[in-house]
Amino acid sequence: MNTTALPASLPRRDFLKLTGFAGGGLVLAFHLRPGANALAADNAGGDFSPNAFIRISPTGAITIVSKQPEIGQGVKTSLPMIIAEQLEVNWKDITIEQGDLDQKYGGQSAGGSTSTPNNYDNFHLLGATARTMLVQAAAQTWSVGAAECRAANAAVHHSSGRSLTYGQLAAKAATLPVPAREEVRLKDPADYRLLGRRITGVDNTKIVTGARLFGLDVKLPGMLYAVYVKCRAFGGKVVAANLEEIKRRPGVKDAFVLAGTSDVKGLVPGVAIIADSTWAALSARNRLEVTWDEGSVAHESWDTFVAQARATAGQPGARQLRKDGDPEGALARAAKVVEAEYVYPFISHANLEPQNTTAHWRDGVMEIWSPSQNPGSGAAIVNRVLGIPPEKIKFHLTRSGGGFGRRLSADFVIEAAAIAQKVSAPVKLTWSREDDLRHDHYRPGGLHFLKGGVDANGKIIAWKNHFFTFGQGGNPGSGGSLNPDEFPGRWIANYQAEQTMFDTGWPMGPWRAPGSCVFAWVIHSFIDELAHAGGRDPLELRLELLGDRDEMPASGGGGGGKGGKGGSGGGYNVARMRNILKFTAEKAGWGRKKFPRGQGAGLAFHFSHRGYIAQVAEVTVSKDGKLKVDRVVCGCDIGAQVVNLSGAENQVEGSIVDGLGTLLTQELNIERGRVVQSNFHDYPLIGFPDAPVKIETHFLKTNYPTTGLGEPALPPVAPAVCNAIFAATGKRVRQMPLSRVDLRWA
Amino acid sequence: MKYTLNVNGQSRTVDVAPDTPMLWVLRDHLDLVGTKFGCGIGECGACMIHLDGVPTRACMTSVSSVGTTKVTTIEGLATNGRELTPLQNAWIDLDVPQCGYCQSGQIMTATALLRDKPKPSDADIDHAMGDHLCRCGTYSRIRAAIKRAAGLTAGGEVAQ
Repeated sequence: MNTTALPASLPRRDFLKLTGFAGGGLVLAFHLRPGANALAADNAGGDFSPNAFIRISPTGAITIVSKQPEIGQGVKTSLPMIIAEQLEVNWKDITIEQGDLDQKYGGQSAGGSTSTPNNYDNFHLLGATARTMLVQAAAQTWSVGAAECRAANAAVHHSSGRSLTYGQLAAKAATLPVPAREEVRLKDPADYRLLGRRITGVDNTKIVTGARLFGLDVKLPGMLYAVYVKCRAFGGKVVAANLEEIKRRPGVKDAFVLAGTSDVKGLVPGVAIIADSTWAALSARNRLEVTWDEGSVAHESWDTFVAQARATAGQPGARQLRKDGDPEGALARAAKVVEAEYVYPFISHANLEPQNTTAHWRDGVMEIWSPSQNPGSGAAIVNRVLGIPPEKIKFHLTRSGGGFGRRLSADFVIEAAAIAQKVSAPVKLTWSREDDLRHDHYRPGGLHFLKGGVDANGKIIAWKNHFFTFGQGGNPGSGGSLNPDEFPGRWIANYQAEQTMFDTGWPMGPWRAPGSCVFAWVIHSFIDELAHAGGRDPLELRLELLGDRDEMPASGGGGGGKGGKGGSGGGYNVARMRNILKFTAEKAGWGRKKFPRGQGAGLAFHFSHRGYIAQVAEVTVSKDGKLKVDRVVCGCDIGAQVVNLSGAENQVEGSIVDGLGTLLTQELNIERGRVVQSNFHDYPLIGFPDAPVKIETHFLKTNYPTTGLGEPALPPVAPAVCNAIFAATGKRVRQMPLSRVDLRWA
Repeated sequence: MKYTLNVNGQSRTVDVAPDTPMLWVLRDHLDLVGTKFGCGIGECGACMIHLDGVPTRACMTSVSSVGTTKVTTIEGLATNGRELTPLQNAWIDLDVPQCGYCQSGQIMTATALLRDKPKPSDADIDHAMGDHLCRCGTYSRIRAAIKRAAGLTAGGEVAQ
C-alpha cells in the first residue's frame, strides 16, 4: 500500500500540506478528519458518517457515495465495492448514491483510466476506518477489548456471542475520534469476499426498466428545451440570423445569438432556440437561416494536408523527437529494408447519448445537471466565461451515455449555462446527432512514414519514423504527440523519430487511449512487416526486441519501471511486458495452430494507462475480401487485484469491439474546415455482425498496484487483427479504416 | 392537435404537432424517458418501441400515424410494473450494460425476437439485433442474455 501514513504527532496543517503532494492522499485529508469526532456539522439524525463517502443511520441503512462520473466504465459499482469490502457489509443491503461535484470528495475527473489507481488505496482505508470505529463503539459498549470483537455482515460480534448491528452502533460510533492510519487494519486480500467477484452494475435494474438516469433524462418543473446551432465550419461567427421569424414558430419561447469566445473547444458562437419541447426547438431550427463568417479554417481540408505530408515526408521533420545511433548507416547496410506509409483519419467519439446539459440560472446561482466526465472542468469554464464565482455553481452528475474522453470537454456545459443565463427557467440543451458528429473534439488523424531495416538474421537494426500530426498554436491535439520514449525507441540501436505538425482550427480532444489507440497499430503492424521481411516469427522477434532487461526507465528520469504514468512510453516495466506477451501467446496457443489460406493469427502488445496488455487475434478473410474476427485472446496485467471481474471483463470486451470498430469503418472527411459526415448512415459504428465471435480475457495477477481498464485493452486490437489479416492473405493493411482496403485474395 | 394514445395499457392524451415523433411525445410529454434519442434518423435503434407488438423506431414514427395501435415502451415490459421479464433479469444477471444507453432499445427488439422465436439461433439473433448499435460494444453479452432468457445456455454467472 502506498497510502500516506500520518504520523500521530504531525500537526494538521502539515498533514494537509504533506498529503497535497500525494495525489489521492488529499482525499483522506479532507475526509478522515483525523482526531476530530465523526459527528459532522451537517450530520442530522445521529448518522455515523466518518467520512464523506459513508453514511450509516441508526435504522441500519447504509449508504456509500460514488464520487466519480459513471460513463459506462462501471466505476459506480467497482469503487463502492472497495469500501464495502473493508466495511464488512452485505453488498445487496447497501445503497449507492451518486455524488455531486464537491471539494469534499477530492478529484472527480473520470479520464485516463485513473479512477481506480487514484482511489484504490484510499477507498480501502475509508471503509476500514469506519469498520474500526464501529468495532471500537461495540467494544466500549460491552467494556471489552476491540481485539475480542470482529465485524461481519454489517454487525460487530464478540467472542461471547453478543452482537450489535451497525445501525445500533451508529450513534455511539459517531462520537468517537477518527483513528489515525496506524490504528486501522486493512483486510488480508485472502479474506476478500467481494473484490474479484463478478458483481452486476448497481444501475442495471434502472437501465433495463427505462428509469430516469441519464443527462438527457433530466426534467425540472417549468423546464424549457434548447438547441444551439453552430457554424458548419469550425469557429465560424454569426453575422446575421432570422431570429424574429424563428421566435414566431410554434412553441418557440425565444431565440438569440451567443457571441461566444475564440476557444474552439469552449463557448463557440451560435444561435440558441428555446422552445416548450425538444421537437418544437428542432422544428424551428429547420427554418433557421444564418449568415456566417466562416473565417480562415474554411480553407483547411484533410486531403490537402495529406498531399502536403506526402510531398514533404522525405525532408527533415519540424521536431526531432529522438535520434539514437546511425539510422541511415544501418539502413544502408541492412539485409532488408522496408518502407511504409501508415495513415489514419480523424474520428469522432460518437457517444450514443448526444451531448446535453440542463442548467438553471436563479438568484445568482447556476445549477447544472450534466453527463460530464469532468465536472470540475465544467464548473471552471462556467466560472471563467460567465464570471460566476465557484461557490455559486452547483454541479450535479448524471449517468453518462458513454464517455470515451468526449465528456472531459465542457463545451456542452458552458453552452447550456450561457443559454440558461438568458432564460428565466431551467433549460435543457440537446445536441442533435448531427451537432454531435460535426462539433466533436476529434481524435486527430495522422500519417507515419516509416523505414526499417533488418540484418541477415532478421534482427531489427534500424527504425525511422516521420510522423505528421495536427494541432493548434504549436501544440498537437490530444493524442497527437509521439512520446520520444514510445516503444520501440530505446530498444533499437539506430532509431529516429521526427514529428511535423499541421496547425489547424479543428477541435481535437482525448479519444479513448489517446495516442496509444493509433500508435500501437502503426508500431506493431510495422514490427510485423519487419518480422516477415526477416523471416522471423512475430512473437519470437518481439521477445528478442524486448530483450533481457527488466526495466526501461524514462529518458527524463521520471516514471520508473514500476508501471509508469498514464499515456504512452516513459518508464516501462519490460519484465511485465514480456510476461504478459508470453502468457497471452500461451493462452492463445500461438504457433501451435496451422491455418489454411484465408485464415491466420496476429499479435500485438501495448503499455498504456499503467496496463500491460497483449492480444492475439484470429481472423478469416473470404476470397471476396470479407473479414470475420473469429477470436481475440486478451492477456491483462493490471496489477494485484481485479476489483469487479464482470466490470473488468466488460471493459476489455468493450475496448476490443471499440478498437475493431474504429479499424473497420470509422472515418471523418474534413473539407473546407467542416465535417462532411452527419449521422450513423455515413459514419457507421460497429454492429452485431462485425463484432468478434469470441473474446477471451485472462488476467495475470502481479504484485503491482491495481490499475484501471477503461483504455489499455483497446490499443493492441487493431494491429493484432491487421497482422492476422496479413497472415491469412498476405495483404498488409496500412490504412484505416479497413472499409477503404481491398482484402480480396485469389 | 390532441391525440389519445394507448401507451403501456393506459390511455394517454397529448396536445402536440402532428409531425411530432413518438420519441419526443414519450420523452417530453409522457415522461417515459426509457425510449432513448440516439440519432433521430432510424439508424441506431435506441428508441425502439412496440406498436401492436412490432418493434418500431419511435424517432421515425409521427404521433399522427399511431392511431389506436397499442404502444409498448421499455417501462411497460414488467408486469404489474414490478415483475421483470426473463429477458430483463438476464440483462441484469449477466451484467450486460456498460453505459446502458442503448439497452432499452436492444431489450425491446430482443423481447419481440423471443416472442416470435423462443429458441433463436445465432443467425436469428444476428438478423433481429443487427441494426442496433451499442457504442460500448456489449454485443457478446446481449447475445448471451438472449440465450439465457431463452433457456439455451447460461453464460457466465454474475452475482448481484
